Amino acid sequence: MGKRIFALMVKEFLALLKDKKGRLVLIVPPLIQLLVFGYAATFDLKHVPFAVYSEDKGSVSRDLVAAFSGASSFSLQAELANEKSISSLIDKRQVLMVLRIGPNFSSSLLQGRPSPIQIIVDGRNSNTAMLVVNYSGTILKKFNEAWASSHGGSIPVRIEARAWFNPNLESRWFFIPGIVGLLTLLVTMLVTALSVAREREQGTFDQLLVTPMSPVEILIGKALPGFLIGMLEATVITLAAVFWFHVPLLGSILTLYVGIFLFLLSAVGVGLMISSIAVTQQQGLLGAFFFMVPAIILSGFATPIRNMPTIVQDITLINPMRYFLIMLRGVFLQGTPFPLLLPELWPLAAIGIVCLAIAGWLFRNRMY
Amino acid sequence: MNRRLGGLIKKEFLQIVRDPSSIAIAFLMPLVLLLLFGYGVSLDSEHIPIGVVMEKQNADASNFASIFHDSRYFSTRYYRSTRSATDAMISGKINAIVVLKQDFSRRIGHDAPVQLILNGVDENTARIVSGYVDGAFQKWLERDAAMRGLPLETPVRIEQRIRFNSELRSRNFLVPGLVAVIMTLIGALLTALVMAREWERGTMEALLVTPVSMGEVILGKLIPYFLLGMGGLALSVAMALWLFEVPLRGSIWVLFAASSLFLVTALGMGLFISSIAKSQFVAGQIAIIGTFLPAFILSGFIFDINSMPKIVQFITHIIAARYYVAILQTLFLAGNEWSVILPNAGALVLLSVLFFGLTWKNTRKRLE
Repeated sequence: MGKRIFALMVKEFLALLKDKKGRLVLIVPPLIQLLVFGYAATFDLKHVPFAVYSEDKGSVSRDLVAAFSGASSFSLQAELANEKSISSLIDKRQVLMVLRIGPNFSSSLLQGRPSPIQIIVDGRNSNTAMLVVNYSGTILKKFNEAWASSHGGSIPVRIEARAWFNPNLESRWFFIPGIVGLLTLLVTMLVTALSVAREREQGTFDQLLVTPMSPVEILIGKALPGFLIGMLEATVITLAAVFWFHVPLLGSILTLYVGIFLFLLSAVGVGLMISSIAVTQQQGLLGAFFFMVPAIILSGFATPIRNMPTIVQDITLINPMRYFLIMLRGVFLQGTPFPLLLPELWPLAAIGIVCLAIAGWLFRNRMY
Repeated sequence: MNRRLGGLIKKEFLQIVRDPSSIAIAFLMPLVLLLLFGYGVSLDSEHIPIGVVMEKQNADASNFASIFHDSRYFSTRYYRSTRSATDAMISGKINAIVVLKQDFSRRIGHDAPVQLILNGVDENTARIVSGYVDGAFQKWLERDAAMRGLPLETPVRIEQRIRFNSELRSRNFLVPGLVAVIMTLIGALLTALVMAREWERGTMEALLVTPVSMGEVILGKLIPYFLLGMGGLALSVAMALWLFEVPLRGSIWVLFAASSLFLVTALGMGLFISSIAKSQFVAGQIAIIGTFLPAFILSGFIFDINSMPKIVQFITHIIAARYYVAILQTLFLAGNEWSVILPNAGALVLLSVLFFGLTWKNTRKRLE
């Protein structure tokens, strides 16, 4: 039995790697994607162009403007002379935000009365707008604390915020473990979704079914290449994440690989299931595409699952990517120990076994 | 010439109608993507679970903790010790911990420290939580000052005004941006696939020995897929306006004119890809990596272009979707702002000339 499975596996590898383009497709695109995603996918705001419209001539307003323009992510583009240019600058996308200081700002502050300032933000990208508001709030909080302590006031309660697991709140640390999952899924699906469909298209699958091989043997022989290639892909990308992008890997390597193993089980299962339904390679590819897009969008890769409507949250329970991403981020950044990951690991195993069983059943029962 | 062109167009339409995968890409995929993004994806966080630890329970501490309880942005859970709250945070049950120390009520009024521990793994949520905590804290300060009859101790206070999207609904920018992804899918991916199919099957050479000129062959492809793309656009705009209730503040005619321009550019990219890749598999891969993924990641659709590294920002200049996303977000949320629309439309014209020129050069070479 072992020898027959081995022979089928060798044949699968040959079919995948025989031509140059096939080999390139497995290696080059994932690396390009890792680089582009890794550098481009970030929610950090590093450059907020802003303008100031100040009707106040006092020194306090200058200090306040300096507090903003001195912040690393803000850059002062213009000091406006009239109110009209506020909206035109924002509408033209020349600045993201305008800081507006009223005429009596300094004098009323010096008399001990609270003074409002206004920020006007471009809301076309609501996430960016919210971040700009948050960043401004942080700058102002520091300004207020400094002002209060230098003018004899005291703050009743002070909030000291600290972020664990990612002290500088780097977006990249959040996205790159996700990309490990994304690319592992992509490559594994590409390999397995075509494996049965290719044979169906060429008619060789019927021949395979009349050999002494049992469906279980065929299943293992078809599953192993995707499994090994996925394992290799995950290893390469993990190495790149740690040594190129310097994302910390705090958890144990063994836990990480148990997770990768179980995820590959489910990815290969879904891939083979799609492949055994498809009649042509094009259908196989399209099926994989139709599975992957929702699987990625509903995985918590870029937006939290918690924000989704309840019914969509329930749908994500059958999405293997969901569990894999929680597990990856846990192992990479939190160093989550194995027992705490069990709630993510058993669903992966269950999805994998169910899909593989369906794929094996379809081998025999879907004939053309 | 008209009859020949008519024949080609008719043939193309027959192929579209007969091949379910073209229809799937043109109509099913937009539907799935819009539903997923419209309902599934949201960056608007409400009811974020946070843990509160009161080391000593008393009136002051409960009074302070109630600010989180009253805010719609949080759903609060109480823990007895920092340790049990930490375990809950590591296993993902809560996103942040607020710790009120033993001496909180003794030190209140004189800089009493409150610890806010954020889970930095999802750094975007961490920033949002930190902003909301500051907001809730501000309210507490006001309430506290009013209760004690003291003047409010925040010297400067921010009033925010968000233009174009005052409630910061993320759907309002995600749905218009998605239109660019969908048009890219139809224009570039579908066209690249169908042109590659002609080369793969050898029917392209057959076409070229007929009296049909190269220009007619290209037009015969462009017109049907242009119409298909406009159909996809109409579907997307209708869903955006009526299902997702995104406002359209600009003119619908400008929207359709800009979209036709982008669609022509996308078709140009598709033709160019098929002129360098002969097989469907490779053309599909290049189209996904060269057009579909950049439309997602490098277009400013989700991630802020200004915050990307300089070299990645430079690359975004050759991504057509970048210009279209800018036009879409402005047209939907801001209105007919010509100073944004015209330069971006100009860039689209240049890019389409570039891609058609390259295609022309490549195809002619092949015929020699």
